Amino acid sequence: MNYGIVNQEQLEHIEEILFQKLIKLGVDCAIIIDMAGNIITVKDTGKSKYDIYSFAALAAGNFATVDAMAKLVGETEFSLLFHKGQDCNIHFSKIDDELLLITMFGRDISLGFLRLNVVEAIDQIQKVWAKEE
Amino acid sequence: MSFINLRDKVVQVKIVYYGPGRCGKTTNLEYINRKFKEQIQSEMVSLKTHGDRTLFFDFLPFHMGQIKGYDIKIQLYTVPGQVKYNATRKLVLKGVDGIVFVADAMEKQREKNIRSLNQLHENLQSYKESIFKIPLVMQYNKIDLKDHGIPVLPIAVLQQDLNSRLQVPYFEASAITGYNVAATLKKIISSTVVSIQKKLL
Repeated sequence: MNYGIVNQEQLEHIEEILFQKLIKLGVDCAIIIDMAGNIITVKDTGKSKYDIYSFAALAAGNFATVDAMAKLVGETEFSLLFHKGQDCNIHFSKIDDELLLITMFGRDISLGFLRLNVVEAIDQIQKVWAKEE
Repeated sequence: MSFINLRDKVVQVKIVYYGPGRCGKTTNLEYINRKFKEQIQSEMVSLKTHGDRTLFFDFLPFHMGQIKGYDIKIQLYTVPGQVKYNATRKLVLKGVDGIVFVADAMEKQREKNIRSLNQLHENLQSYKESIFKIPLVMQYNKIDLKDHGIPVLPIAVLQQDLNSRLQVPYFEASAITGYNVAATLKKIISSTVVSIQKKLL
């Protein structure tokens, strides 16, 4: 898969998926990054003010660490990760070996509902990538 | 691998400062952070232990302006230098576009430099990258110590030890005073951007 360069059509398609599946649901911010810490795309409500470049670097590091821990306990991977805060929660989910979907959301969304939508979004994003292969 | 967004015309470039423990990788980034404050929009991120040793990495995003209409975003990383942290070093090297190898010019660190460079070679191989192909710049750091009577290796020896086969650009430097820190950075950015351009054309 050539994920190093994305074209306009792919990006718009993926952003539309993020919007329909996550932002409409009430998620503050949805980011797709690669495992090297590069940002592929960001979709937010326009209200969030996160330093997304640092965030992506740390998230990639965080996920890589968890992946290494999985191998230590004999798992091939831990494909999702969830951090719960007072007002902000972060959900990480693997799209494939190279890409990661991060969603940040507040108290008014239930984790179960979010997870359902994340699974659907990932399914659709994978199809967008597959078309390019 | 650099990431290129054709719609927003943004190129993200990952440059990693690599080298043995206490050679001055973080000090390089700290100097850049102070010196080029106006080009750096966000805070430097440092994941370190209580003893101020790098635990995972330091991260400094850096905005370089435009080349042919594309915004170049440079992401500077350092690796933890301590021997025991090779697993994390390897993680940070994922997707690297250019490397600065920071060598400690102190005489007693001679062997550590060589060992660290050999390990860089192995770590790159695990990502199917080659130390002979990736943009690389050598920095012989702590050159200022000779003024304080601390024995420092002559450049010829460092070149023989580390750069005789690689033949990459090198700089004497002092990260703490800032001597040649910017020159090193400039060189690695230009080598990396040229190499990305070549890959694309």
